[in-house]
Amino acid sequence: MRIGTAKETYFADEALFDTRTQRVWLFVLAALLAVFPFVASQYWLYLACLVAINVIAATGLNILTGYTGLVSLGQAAFMGVGAYTVAVLERRWGTPFLLNLLAGGAVAMVVGMVFGVPSLRVKGLYLAIATIAASFILHFIFANWTAVSGGTAGLTVPPANLLGLALDSEFRSYWLIVPIAALMVLGAANLFRTRIGRAFIAIRDRDISAEVLGIPLLRYKLLSFGIASFYAGVAGGLWAYFFRSVTPESFPLIMSIFFLACIIVGGMGTTLGSILGAAFMTLVPEGLKLAFGWLPNAEAMAVHLAPVRTMVFGALIVGFLIFEPHGLAEMWRRTRRFFHLWPFRT
Amino acid sequence: MIDWLLFLEVSLAGLGGGGLYALAGLAFVLIYKATRVVNLAIGEMLMIGAYFFFAAATDLGWPIGLAIVAALVASGLTGGLIERLLIRPMLGESPISVFMITVGLSSILVGLVELVWGADQLRLPEFMPTSPVLIGEAMVAPKIFYGFLVAAALIASVLILFRYWRGGVALRATASDRAAAYAMGIDVPRVFSLTWVLAAAVAAVAGIVVGSISSLSPTMGIFGLSVLVVVIVGGLDSVLGALVGGLLVGLVEAWTGTYLGGEYKMLATFTLLVLVLMIRPYGLFGTHEIERL
Repeated sequence: MRIGTAKETYFADEALFDTRTQRVWLFVLAALLAVFPFVASQYWLYLACLVAINVIAATGLNILTGYTGLVSLGQAAFMGVGAYTVAVLERRWGTPFLLNLLAGGAVAMVVGMVFGVPSLRVKGLYLAIATIAASFILHFIFANWTAVSGGTAGLTVPPANLLGLALDSEFRSYWLIVPIAALMVLGAANLFRTRIGRAFIAIRDRDISAEVLGIPLLRYKLLSFGIASFYAGVAGGLWAYFFRSVTPESFPLIMSIFFLACIIVGGMGTTLGSILGAAFMTLVPEGLKLAFGWLPNAEAMAVHLAPVRTMVFGALIVGFLIFEPHGLAEMWRRTRRFFHLWPFRT
Repeated sequence: MIDWLLFLEVSLAGLGGGGLYALAGLAFVLIYKATRVVNLAIGEMLMIGAYFFFAAATDLGWPIGLAIVAALVASGLTGGLIERLLIRPMLGESPISVFMITVGLSSILVGLVELVWGADQLRLPEFMPTSPVLIGEAMVAPKIFYGFLVAAALIASVLILFRYWRGGVALRATASDRAAAYAMGIDVPRVFSLTWVLAAAVAAVAGIVVGSISSLSPTMGIFGLSVLVVVIVGGLDSVLGALVGGLLVGLVEAWTGTYLGGEYKMLATFTLLVLVLMIRPYGLFGTHEIERL
């Protein structure tokens, strides 16, 4: 709670961005995002798009895991469902990309809800393992339903088409991906100001009490799976448009673990956490690559890059869980709190 | 007409593979029973054991027997280290956080192995007899046969250890009621360490056998996913469940691998998992936990 923000109405209290400072910074951030593609190199644009896609998927997973308390290791597989849906629609019928993305999200949502059914009988870790099963079963379908998915060779995807303009470069994809990501993050943040979102949080904190309070567990758990998978599906659709090819190997189990790592590192149950976590975890491997380039005998050390990345990935998960369980979002909050009264109190 | 001899051979091979699943499942159940940790890194613990054996036998050139002992000791130490550094600080945290720790651990172990030994496949030295074994008319690959024997012997000795050894009794006491175990003067934290050491050593044996049947590579941890299915099917906290589940999953994998094709193996295993979760979420022999408020 900060000083000087007395609220006089409930409306003001419930507002998503409650202080003027926050709104100003948000505006600055939006402006920076809008200027970014004009100054950044192609490599940085590529990274920005990748981060934005991962932010969407991580936000979805955070709704399921961070807010509803259902651990899922199937997020990447549901992303695959969205990607394949978009690829098939775009190739066969060439429907508008917004429709494709929505369809990708919707199909992923249905599939996610089907695999969410075990969540009614099993909880916690059992559920996590059930979703591993989902990810293997979906991988099998991607690889063997050749008529639709193109088998192990996968599908190539034509670029998205906006009013006759093919979104085929990083610069153009940026304008597709980043606004959608922003919109979806905003949607997630708003979700927790509604009955549905509060029901999710109640289920996470104690599902039996939630049921006593009149929250139908069946419906809300499935809904949470559905929303998370919808986010995954849209992210997968954007992924398909961005990389322009989809194969069964594009969405391995390790990618689901990656998203889980994103929300752990970022902070479970905070919207900011999904953003920070996804950005951080996407950029760390690139940072490592950069750091390896600076080493004295860079060429000889290059073979060690992949294992070091794997180790750092694991170490980040473990380190954050042990030392900062609330993640980057908490560190961010702490930093902000420090500057509230700075320099009058340190 | 079904070829019964082929069916028998496939089934025997399945049981042989299942023995290894049972062994790895035992390592998993040990940890779960005593510390309530769902260890997703079980496959990687197998892997690290096999690599220790490789290091001792090939890199250092020690005789096989000594190398096996060295691998077991090194794995046990690693297990203890993991418990002390990663699991102990998480005592009392939510099971999901601890689970995620083991997920991170598996990445660390894979990276470590790749860093030291490289990502390529390696071959373990041959140490098992190579003449095929005949059971009735059916022929069984020697490695699978002897692997099964090793697994069976080890499982039996662990069970005996549990039954009669003081440490085993302490472990069972801790598993059934932690607070009561404390009250009886059992050093519970030491039991935790002991369990991890023991489980890591058991996993190392399984890893050495699995590694010598196929080959050694950092992706060996995928074996751990099948082990996860084994323990879910059998019930997370049931030793008997791990044994039965292991044999069952081994059989299912062998049958689908032969009659449907290799790509159906994982599908069959995980479909089995989903079915069990839907029908009997606590597994065949697991304790049905009643939630009290």
